[in-house]
Amino acid sequence: MGGVVTVFRRELASYFATPVATVFIVIFLVLSGALTFTLGNFFARGQADLGPFFTFVPWLFLFLVPALTMRLWAEERRLGTIELLLTLPIAQWEAVVGKFLAAWMFCTIALALTFPLVITVNVLGTPDNGVILSGYLGCVMVAGAFLAVGAAISAMTKNQVIAFVLAVAACFFLTAAGSPVVSEFLSQRVPQMAEVARAVSITDRLAGFSRGVISARDIVFFASFIGFFLFANTVAVDQRKAD
Amino acid sequence: MTALIEIERLTKRFGAFTAVDDVTFSVAKGEVVGFLGPNGAGKSTTMRMLAGFVTPTAGTARICGDDVVDKPVAARRHLGFLPEGAPTYPEMSVTGFLEFCARARGFRGSELADRVAHAMQLTQLEGVRLQPVETLSKGFKRRVGLAAALSHDPPVLVLDEPTDGLDPNQKHEVRNLIRAMAPEKAIVISTHILEEVGAVCTRAVVIARGRVVADTTPAELAARGPSMDAVFRALTLPREAA
Repeated sequence: MGGVVTVFRRELASYFATPVATVFIVIFLVLSGALTFTLGNFFARGQADLGPFFTFVPWLFLFLVPALTMRLWAEERRLGTIELLLTLPIAQWEAVVGKFLAAWMFCTIALALTFPLVITVNVLGTPDNGVILSGYLGCVMVAGAFLAVGAAISAMTKNQVIAFVLAVAACFFLTAAGSPVVSEFLSQRVPQMAEVARAVSITDRLAGFSRGVISARDIVFFASFIGFFLFANTVAVDQRKAD
Repeated sequence: MTALIEIERLTKRFGAFTAVDDVTFSVAKGEVVGFLGPNGAGKSTTMRMLAGFVTPTAGTARICGDDVVDKPVAARRHLGFLPEGAPTYPEMSVTGFLEFCARARGFRGSELADRVAHAMQLTQLEGVRLQPVETLSKGFKRRVGLAAALSHDPPVLVLDEPTDGLDPNQKHEVRNLIRAMAPEKAIVISTHILEEVGAVCTRAVVIARGRVVADTTPAELAARGPSMDAVFRALTLPREAA
């Protein structure tokens, strides 16, 4: 476990040692705020909750999270530091988990910095803060799922652009699978696929969280989803590390 | 003498290409083995297999008795490895980078600080300790990689081209450092600078097209022909071309 902590610390520090952290956080905060107040009709709805904010978060993460994950392994390959990292006396899974947790922590920090929205609704009305907290938990879960997929893809390719595009596609699939457009189309033509699409849909599960419903099924879904892709990530690193 | 590095019939194939072909040798404590060969002969691949970065197609290697395939983490604990090109994280400071490597090797607290300080002293990095690695010259970067490989005082050192990119003074320093550590360790250095073998190595292993073609002392190697260069050419070029 010591290896996980060591890699985690180095990775998290490296986000803040480069402009990555500033750019990511500023863009995330500007876009999430702007979308909530404009497209989300924050004021016109007349409700003291963060519903619109939570619906936009997956769509923002869809682009921003792959930007984080694309460099996770591809950059190590480019610099040759993968050879250094994987010849230190730490197991490969420790490097994989350490990198994932650092990226996850980074996304959590970005989400936590949207706290002025929470203050705003509390000033304007009397929201149920438990529901807001559960919505944030859902967002953290979505970030974890996207990061796990993106990191696994990054381990499979040397090329950062390929890693980014494939990760965006995968995250888009997870996000759009539950949207009415997709589910109506599928249930009319291939009803079997409609079931599958609903099952992997991240938006449906996030909707539950943002209503304040934390169900064991959703937690198990996210945990096993992240676990599976971290496992795939470890296998990919092992197979392709020296290419 | 007990062998700290044992390489046994190590083979690596990439598709139809055989990069390392049935290589066997062992290195005892006190030996400095110069691993020689033309570019593409399989030097780096052999060293990467020793460090557990490349998985062998066949055969195995043991470091201080721990198998690099079956017990990779235990084997790496005994090893100080300088990868080819001495890769480092560019945004980290010299101290930060060395601390990361020492921490990954299980050092904590004051021992960690001592290890890092000692490694920096050995490689003369104190003057640049807080600079980001990316701002350093090639010679300094190489020494940062070397310091990372030395920080835990490992019984086995595997250094892939440790003097590449250094100026003559720095080369001299690194060779002195290797000579000073030699009695306590088993050291393998790869190089294609032939004079270096005579200067620091107690033994020379020449590899060509993945196979070991000579395993002898540098003096004996030099005595085989008019010059070291000529011997190297005769050993490493295909028969018809030589």
